[in-house]
Amino acid sequence: KPEVLSPEELEKLKEEVDERKKLISTLRGKPWPMRKKLLTLRESHEFVEKYEGALGKGKSRKLYAYKVMMLKKWMKFQRDFENFKTACVPWEMKIKEIESHFGSSVASYFIFLRWMYGINMILFGLTFGLVMVPEALMGRPYGSMPRKTVPRADEANAMDFAVLWDFGGYAQYSVLFYGYYNSQRAIGWLKFRMPLSYFLVGVGTVAYSYMVVIRTMARNANEDGGGDNNSFNFSWKMFTSWDYLIGNPETADNKFASITTSFKEAILEEQESRKDDNIHLTRFLRVLANFLVLCCLAGSGYLIYFVVRRSQKFALEGLESHSWWERNEVNMVMSLLGMFCPMLFDVISALENYHPRIALQWQLGRIFALFLGNLYTFIIALMDEINLKVNLEEVLKLNMTIWEASLYNGTLGANSTAPPITVHPADIPRGPCWETMVGQEFVRLIVSDTMTTYITLLIGDFLRAVLVRFLNYCWCWDLEAGFPSYSEFDVSGNVLGLIFNQGMIWMGAFYAPCLPALNVLRLHVSMYLQCWAVMCCNVPQERVFKASGSNNFYMAMLLVILFLSTLPAIYTIVTIPPSFDCGPFSGKSRMFDVIQETLESDFPAWFGKVFSYASNPGLVLPFLLLMVLAIYYLQSTSKSYKQANLELKKKLQTVSRTINKVLTLIQYLLYSLCGTLSENLICTKLCDHTSPLPLSLSKKIEKRRVGNTEHIKERATIKFPLLPPAPRPRGATESLGPYQVTSGNQHPVFRGSQTPRDTEYDCCHRCGNGKHFIDRHRPP
Amino acid sequence: MGTTASQLRKDLLSEYQELTFLTKQEIILAHKRFSELLSKEDRNIPTPRVPMEKVLSLPELKSNPFRKRICHVFSTSDMKDGSLTFEDFLDLLSAFSDSATLEIKSHYAFRIFDFDDDGTLDGGDLEKLVNCLTGETDDTRLTTEEMRQLISNILEESDIDKDGTVNLSEFQHVISRSPDFVSSFKIVL
Repeated sequence: KPEVLSPEELEKLKEEVDERKKLISTLRGKPWPMRKKLLTLRESHEFVEKYEGALGKGKSRKLYAYKVMMLKKWMKFQRDFENFKTACVPWEMKIKEIESHFGSSVASYFIFLRWMYGINMILFGLTFGLVMVPEALMGRPYGSMPRKTVPRADEANAMDFAVLWDFGGYAQYSVLFYGYYNSQRAIGWLKFRMPLSYFLVGVGTVAYSYMVVIRTMARNANEDGGGDNNSFNFSWKMFTSWDYLIGNPETADNKFASITTSFKEAILEEQESRKDDNIHLTRFLRVLANFLVLCCLAGSGYLIYFVVRRSQKFALEGLESHSWWERNEVNMVMSLLGMFCPMLFDVISALENYHPRIALQWQLGRIFALFLGNLYTFIIALMDEINLKVNLEEVLKLNMTIWEASLYNGTLGANSTAPPITVHPADIPRGPCWETMVGQEFVRLIVSDTMTTYITLLIGDFLRAVLVRFLNYCWCWDLEAGFPSYSEFDVSGNVLGLIFNQGMIWMGAFYAPCLPALNVLRLHVSMYLQCWAVMCCNVPQERVFKASGSNNFYMAMLLVILFLSTLPAIYTIVTIPPSFDCGPFSGKSRMFDVIQETLESDFPAWFGKVFSYASNPGLVLPFLLLMVLAIYYLQSTSKSYKQANLELKKKLQTVSRTINKVLTLIQYLLYSLCGTLSENLICTKLCDHTSPLPLSLSKKIEKRRVGNTEHIKERATIKFPLLPPAPRPRGATESLGPYQVTSGNQHPVFRGSQTPRDTEYDCCHRCGNGKHFIDRHRPP
Repeated sequence: MGTTASQLRKDLLSEYQELTFLTKQEIILAHKRFSELLSKEDRNIPTPRVPMEKVLSLPELKSNPFRKRICHVFSTSDMKDGSLTFEDFLDLLSAFSDSATLEIKSHYAFRIFDFDDDGTLDGGDLEKLVNCLTGETDDTRLTTEEMRQLISNILEESDIDKDGTVNLSEFQHVISRSPDFVSSFKIVL
């Protein structure tokens, strides 16, 4: 190879090398057998290595070679990193086992759970590392300030398990809750800005959650292949209904049965027109069902409101005078409602008589409305309590000045300054601290919800399975096949429960930094418990309904919940003034004042000016308007793309029809022009070939030979080879241009090309086979 | 266990990584499972073949109604007996892996469903496909009338050029719109 190449040759060589590199990177996506791929790979590698060196010339050769080597190392590193990432993913074997037993829809719940676990780990890292640890290590220790000390009155039972389980006592006055944090601007030798960090972590958790959810939704939407309006129901049932992950024969049998049922159902639906009789009865029943459901929802909302107000009354009277039930009424009621109302909805939906998939969607929608209603009623009741506490603060502030004055009473004159009397922090009266109260309520709710879920799991699934299994020996009817039988895994109910729990975490995380940690623990335990329960007590579902695009459906719900959960938190941050004596924002008039403070004191002056310009309404409003216009523009372009898509599809159909016709025409021409040669060819072909000529073609040849219809009739007695029914082209009865379809037969015939030849058809004399024909007589 | 013949060479391993959608651990696991299927004598020949019956005994394939077709499609044996070498086995796992692209999955799905290997899915192929999906027993099969109706519905939906068969591009068009295909067309060891 000559050392010096002309520039054009160099260019060409570079192109070739680039092409080879591209080939190497796309090799794995080619449907070739491995041998071929290996050979191509080795060849291309050789080529690239041989000529890559020649590409860099002169001084830059060393640099070029270095670049190439770095690129190779980078690719290897990337591959190793991918391998490492896949190995790091936890619970892979568990999920694979569940997939093979139950199919991919049940496994999708566990994959979702694992994904949630990942998100909560990140949230936990943020709150633990940037909020809890700095305050614990560098902030003032326990007992140094009133907000960090258990009040004297409660000290006696601050360590009781009952009090701790309720998150009072020592648990309340710790880094777990908002009230413990000091409002000092910078703490420790690092000068860590505690209030700023608290605020930013709160905002950051929400922002991170939004980003992750929207990114996953976008990825799912891409995989969906762009929503086409065409739904290929039957084809999808045919080609995509089998779940290749199933490895268990029992599950496979279930799947066969479910597929057969779905085929039969779909055929039936397609065949019968919607029977219009009893449409009024059906409509009336559906309206009745919806009315009942609304009553249920309203009833549950009112019940929660009533119970929360009652618990406020109890709190005012002092909690000790009431029984355990009365103290935990709110949480128990909410959990029980969440458990029993869906069952009620299930029963009511029997009135409606919908197709099972539609009934499932209605059910999911109703459960969603139930949970949402409950949550918001709870929040409204909580708001009332907050307002009460805020008003109480004013009164308490007044009381404090009186109490302080009483301390100095008798030791001072009116105007002299005296040394401050040291009072133990436990004795100082403190404000109501509504933020800690809010945090506590959410934590209690999560704990009771978790307990209810686990207990339901143990009783509803495990105990039931044990009873069915062992009572079956001495029971009159077959328990396993008949009434109770084993429970199925309720994918949608579980996913909804998971989503709503996450919503509660998002709502309360600002006021109780311990919530993400609690949730991580909860999800961890849930994973193991539910994996065990599913394998041990559940049977595979009989009717498998994968709501198509269900992935994005759950993501969309998660996004809605995220939005709705952050609303109350944002509202409280923006409108309600923080408590005067607890938390990192004590003393400020609004919580977000910390940003202003930081800008003024920690950043140079010009930064503050720039920021104030940027947050000017005169700038923000036009920006919002621009975004709205951009959204409108993008939506209209996407609509026009969809339209263009449909047009192209129609064109494709017409073009392929034309091509079909042209091909048949060419075939015909070929046979008519090539005369005997082609016949001989046909004969040899047919002698060796197992599948005979398509019926249409052989008939065409006959017609061309014979020339007029009389001969056709005459020859109709000839036995044509037994052929598989030729695919009748649809629309063959339409007029087809150069073709003319004679009435009474489907096959196109050429006009005007009839030659007056007289031939006779007989069995092939070459092989004596009655399967095809060859003409024996030649015209003189 | 420790002989070099039963372990993958490092350069081969990295080449396989480049040519398939599998990670290094998955390839090593596949090699292990493949070696378990080989009989003792076969272990020492350079490119051993596992007969189809042994492949079908894998738990991942045992309950699959298309297991024989899968073996036939991925087999490179001249005798068309469905036996697989290790490279065929890797091809199989790669096409069915999680990270395989839609194009590769739909290509191989088409070949699996093409029972008579003629490059198109005609009525006979579709009928055999439905029979595979509805199981072996008589009470789960469809009647002839239902079958006819089903096949005509399918052809109406998927056959764009209306020639009575579904070819590869029509098949890929239908499959690319399906939300479940990629997640259900998976086999993991």
